[in-house]
Amino acid sequence: MTDVAGAPGTTDRADAPEPAGERRGSEALHFARRNPKLLIGSGIVLAFMLLGFIGPFFLSDNPNEYVGPQTQPPNGEYWFGTTTFGQDIWAQFVYGVRSTFVIGLFGGGVAFLIGMTVGFVAGYKGGIVDDILNMLTNVVLVLPAMVVLIVAIAYLDVRGLFTQGMFIGLSAWPWAARAVRSQTLSLATRDYVDLARLSGRRTWRIITTEVAPNMSSYLVMSFILLFGGAVLTAAGLDFIGLGPSNGVSLGAMLQSAVNWSALQLGMWWWFVPPGLGITAIVGALYVLNVGLDEVFNPKLREL
Amino acid sequence: MWRYIGRKLFIYLLTFIVAVTINWMIPRFMPGDPVRNMLSRAAINDPEAMASMTAYYEDLFGLDEPLYQQYLNFWVSLFQGDLGISVMRYPEPVTDVIMGSVPYTLGLLLPAILLSWIVGNRFGAFAARSKALDNTVLPVGYVLTATPYMWIALLLSYTLGIVAGIFPTAGGFSYSLRPEFSWVFIYDLISHWFLPFLSMFLVALGGWAIGMRNMIIYELEADYSNYLQALGAPRRLIRRYAFRNAMLPQITGLAVQLGTIIAGSLLTEVVFNYPGLGTLILDSLENRDFFLLQGILLFVVIGVLIANFIIDIIYVLVDPRTRVQMTGGSS
Repeated sequence: MTDVAGAPGTTDRADAPEPAGERRGSEALHFARRNPKLLIGSGIVLAFMLLGFIGPFFLSDNPNEYVGPQTQPPNGEYWFGTTTFGQDIWAQFVYGVRSTFVIGLFGGGVAFLIGMTVGFVAGYKGGIVDDILNMLTNVVLVLPAMVVLIVAIAYLDVRGLFTQGMFIGLSAWPWAARAVRSQTLSLATRDYVDLARLSGRRTWRIITTEVAPNMSSYLVMSFILLFGGAVLTAAGLDFIGLGPSNGVSLGAMLQSAVNWSALQLGMWWWFVPPGLGITAIVGALYVLNVGLDEVFNPKLREL
Repeated sequence: MWRYIGRKLFIYLLTFIVAVTINWMIPRFMPGDPVRNMLSRAAINDPEAMASMTAYYEDLFGLDEPLYQQYLNFWVSLFQGDLGISVMRYPEPVTDVIMGSVPYTLGLLLPAILLSWIVGNRFGAFAARSKALDNTVLPVGYVLTATPYMWIALLLSYTLGIVAGIFPTAGGFSYSLRPEFSWVFIYDLISHWFLPFLSMFLVALGGWAIGMRNMIIYELEADYSNYLQALGAPRRLIRRYAFRNAMLPQITGLAVQLGTIIAGSLLTEVVFNYPGLGTLILDSLENRDFFLLQGILLFVVIGVLIANFIIDIIYVLVDPRTRVQMTGGSS
């Protein structure tokens, strides 16, 4: 892994991290179309995304309504059965999938923005700025995020999806910042970056036009992982009752299933779908991520 | 080496200070009046106790004093080991309540973390670069890491606990027994411990296996592996070298993953109603017992810091390079 840019003797052409414009794009596409992990992963994620964003239009506005007979196992009318109160689990599930994507995009997005900014600035500026940001990153990294989140959110009386996403974002960014920083460190000393610096461009423009595009695949993968992490954290918070008040989410479904002893009553259709949904979405994201890694990183391509 | 440890210790000290500061800030800067909020929801019927508690909390929060004085007071009481008094189990001090739960959580966490780490690493190393295994271990691993802890706990509790009836599904031990040192009690303890342990073990396992597999693939691409291969060294030998090198990032990963695993143990405990910190958190949330909640936060932070420090020391012991570099003076 000692790739010194442009050093003589780096004959491994396929390993060059700089994109060669057009050719590289089509090459990535070539491998992307043939990568089963990428295809399967993105297929599952897209299917759930469509379900979550289009599904609610075909369902009633309030998935918590008491609509049907109580404690029904899955049948033709209520696809996933009903709860002990006669709520339609399918409707809850669809709305839950939607809020899962919303919290993932939002919480993951906030974390991604913070992590990216901290990483770029620390890696590019170096020196004392790097030291301070690095220390901040390490401190937040060591703090057990979930417990801090529990205590902080417990004090809020009214909670929304927005606050939850914000809090998750504020606690999840450190490892992304670290990863971006180390990538930036290696890119910041490249010739073309020096050239840009010599030409007197502003720091921020250099970062956005010279550094970031050359690690775009890396950034996409960080975002996907942050997305998955945010979904899992949100599910955990919802499960212990710290989710958005009056909201519907897969974690909250699990919570009510446990609270109303679905386990003891043998109502597996109440607690299996929400967990399966989370697992499928996050698992597909992870597999998609490996697929992307294989597409962009020639070393991992199967020979 | 001492410089390395010193720097780490500095970070941990800083983290501790930040954690305490967050702990101090949350009740003061969040919207709402924490004292009234807490006492109005806590189920205290005795007016005398209510009055004394109100006075106690007002005094403890010291809301009439300037902020910096409140902050100093917070630290002073912290060093006296005084984290306040639990509302939920009035008049038991928070420290005692937490201490009662810590052994259960540790008993769950330590075996789950260590065993999943060891087994996961073995699996991952075994699976890397062998097609058939890779194609089975990898998807299973990803599904396992993507599983929410509470869901796998629910599934195990339902299948092995309720349907099959092999294991009990709630509590730390049967209510009919008293804690004592006898075979009956120990057996009971273990049978209650097994399902929460298993669910944490399974989720953590996937992550380690995947991490190890990826690291081994990187190591097998490295120059020394290629060289060994060119020399005609047996596959087993190359893999052994790769494994030892791939182990180092996994040790660091252990430190990074600690927070996630602890979060997972809290959720798992909630499902099984296991009498550890997770259940305590849920109880204190339901009873709005914020002192207990904050005490738990501090305890978890301290635990994480200690664990991180131990991992750092292990890392220095395992990787001779850090020792040479550190004594060489170059950082």
